[in-house]
Amino acid sequence: MSRMLVTGNAAAAWGARLARADYVPAFPITPQTEIIETLGGWIEAGELDARMVTLDSEHSMLTAAGAAAATGVRVFTATSSQGLLYAMEMIYTVAGWRAPFVLANVSRALAAPITLEPDHNDVLAARDSGFLQLHAATCQEVLDLTLLAYRLSEDEGVRLPIIVNLDGFYLSFTREPVQIPEPSAVDAFLPAFDPGGLGFSASRPVSQAVAVLGGGPYSYFRYEMHEAARNALAVFDQVAADFGDRFGRHYSPVESYRCDDAEIAFVMMGSFATKAKDAVDQLRDAGQAVGLVRPRMLRPFPDQALRDALVGRRGVAVIDQNLSMGLGGVLHTELSAALCGVPNAPVLASFVGGLGGRDIGASEFFAMVDVAREAARSGMPPVPRLLYTRSELREMRKLQGIAAAERAAAGQPGDGA
Amino acid sequence: MSESHYRHMKDLPSTHLLGAGTAMCAGCGGLQAVHEVYDVLGEKTVFVNAAGCMTLLSVYPFTPFRGSWLYTSMASAPAGAQGVRDALDLLVAKGRLPANDDLQVVVLTGDGAAYGMGLSSTSGAIDRGLDFIYLCYDNEGYANTGQQSSPATPHAAHTATDSGVLGHPGFKKDLFGIWVANRPAYAATVIGTEPLDLARKIERAKDMRGPRLILALAPCPSGWGFDPGEMAEIGRLAVRSGVWPLKEYDDGRVVHTEIRRPRVPVEEYLVRQERFRHLFEPERNDAELSAIQARIDAYWECVD
Ligand SMILES: Cc1ncc(C[n+]2csc(CCOP(=O)(O)OP(=O)(O)O)c2C)c(N)n1
Ligand code: SF4
Ligand SMILES: [Mg+2]
Repeated sequence: MSRMLVTGNAAAAWGARLARADYVPAFPITPQTEIIETLGGWIEAGELDARMVTLDSEHSMLTAAGAAAATGVRVFTATSSQGLLYAMEMIYTVAGWRAPFVLANVSRALAAPITLEPDHNDVLAARDSGFLQLHAATCQEVLDLTLLAYRLSEDEGVRLPIIVNLDGFYLSFTREPVQIPEPSAVDAFLPAFDPGGLGFSASRPVSQAVAVLGGGPYSYFRYEMHEAARNALAVFDQVAADFGDRFGRHYSPVESYRCDDAEIAFVMMGSFATKAKDAVDQLRDAGQAVGLVRPRMLRPFPDQALRDALVGRRGVAVIDQNLSMGLGGVLHTELSAALCGVPNAPVLASFVGGLGGRDIGASEFFAMVDVAREAARSGMPPVPRLLYTRSELREMRKLQGIAAAERAAAGQPGDGA
Repeated sequence: MSESHYRHMKDLPSTHLLGAGTAMCAGCGGLQAVHEVYDVLGEKTVFVNAAGCMTLLSVYPFTPFRGSWLYTSMASAPAGAQGVRDALDLLVAKGRLPANDDLQVVVLTGDGAAYGMGLSSTSGAIDRGLDFIYLCYDNEGYANTGQQSSPATPHAAHTATDSGVLGHPGFKKDLFGIWVANRPAYAATVIGTEPLDLARKIERAKDMRGPRLILALAPCPSGWGFDPGEMAEIGRLAVRSGVWPLKEYDDGRVVHTEIRRPRVPVEEYLVRQERFRHLFEPERNDAELSAIQARIDAYWECVD
């Protein structure tokens, strides 16, 4: 075991390397590209016995990934944002092939307007696809969750592909100390891929992904996927326990931080949750009973673990780094469903923040606690809020002013904004 | 060039590999071509399919293929072939699959996928020199969705989306030319109604490595509007009129494998199909008919 200072992208590449991925279909996109470049470098140097192929698009990349997994090799691939959306038809399709593999998604906000910085709308677009989802908050987690993901994905009770999500820039390009496990220890944890019933060969012809006629067989196969995804809850616990025994790092589907006696809890996913942790520490220092609940797993949805973590809190501030247009925060909606009808469920306050990489400041965490506390006192959920400061709005108005002036200078009619 | 096994009709395979009782229409020229191709390729194949009529060949729990099958999507069958080919190579190289268990990877799509939506993934497969056969059954439209115009629809044909008096305003794209311009291992046009020519070309392609195109004109009774019993005649007329040139690209050269002289006037081919009826009724459209004839003549002038 060695300790190295690596980026989140390099940690994802290490995950694929230690998992001895055979095949890496690839396509470049910021901020993911460093992952495939790192793997490509190792393959060139003979340090990784794998084949990497650059496809014409992410749609093709996902097709090749699923097809290779369905033929019986271990596959790793990676994308971000527009790439994930470009591949979306195949994200759903290959999940239905029940071909296990791992996809690292480096979260980046979606166009339009186009940007490079992160939020979770990209990965949430894959929410209902049949891919399971694990969300990392540190570079160490990126590596470890990738290894866990292979075991989980290939488990015979699961057999579904998995997305390991890491936030662009905040994780992808941030160097953190990471324990790189010994290859032999990883081999013992993660044996060679057993294709089971998958694979095409002359002596064993197989028809994969054939059409069905009618809703009967269709419903059967789709519900079977759902049940496999639900199985992954128990399998994750077993796999994570084995991982913990071997490597000394313990992962639960939901991380609870300083929650035992917390009256108020934040709920959020991904690397921005480390900001919430800092705020929790400061609030604890000031004598406030505040904690953080962070789902590492989004699919399957760890509803029982979330109920266990949240029932008993008085108020909860759910911070969604995503926005479902016309509804609001996705995590807030899913938590509301998980807590619906549960006795002593806390009141939820919904916040949307961190869109397009916008920072969330400590003072905002403090203010959210106040809102959650007031909601708990009154028993009334507050109106959902976007985290946005007055000074940001002033800056925005300035930009709009400049845009209007530019238009006027170009002789175009202004819109008055 | 080695001698072909297929010199006379009696040399063609007499046992047929593809099972009967599929969901294809009676008189389907595409299915005829798939039958003939499969007989020569044999069962050590995996067909990687894109959305289209042939997707309904394999409907759970039945398949007419003795070998393997993978349905992908409309746009990405060549990328599916890439994944399967690479995985088979890796498994053989790493000793996880015996070499004699290896398979020929065959992409099977319609023209809509081959000429249009799937062109990006096809282009990538050619760029990478992927070792595969691309079998396109060209029924000149999006048949599975009701014969709307595709990039392979011929000029003036009536389709579900071009139903006006002029028919389809565009011109059929030259997919064979696109492939040839990128120097594949092999490319050929075929038609099921010329089984000897088809068998020789598949035989040739079968033992090569690299990207290989088999482009089959697929007379389609439902989409083109003719009686299923007339399929063979329509197919023969497509070749005799010169509408569908039979050719192959091999070793850097394009060679026509059948040159008919004299050619049958194209009218004889057109008049038998509902999709061209408006060129004859209620009035003959002489201008359009002679323009179509002139384009065919111009093509063959460059060949002759
Ligand atoms: C992405 C996508 N868009 C549209 C369709 C609907 N669709 C299914 S088959 C088909 C036509 C395909 O045309 P072609 O490749 O010529 O095959 P044919 O139907 O003629 O056999 C279409 C448009 C689809 N399956 N996928
Ligand atoms: S619509 Fe045409 S191509 Fe499709 S099955 Fe029927 S005859 Fe064949
Ligand atoms: Mg078609």
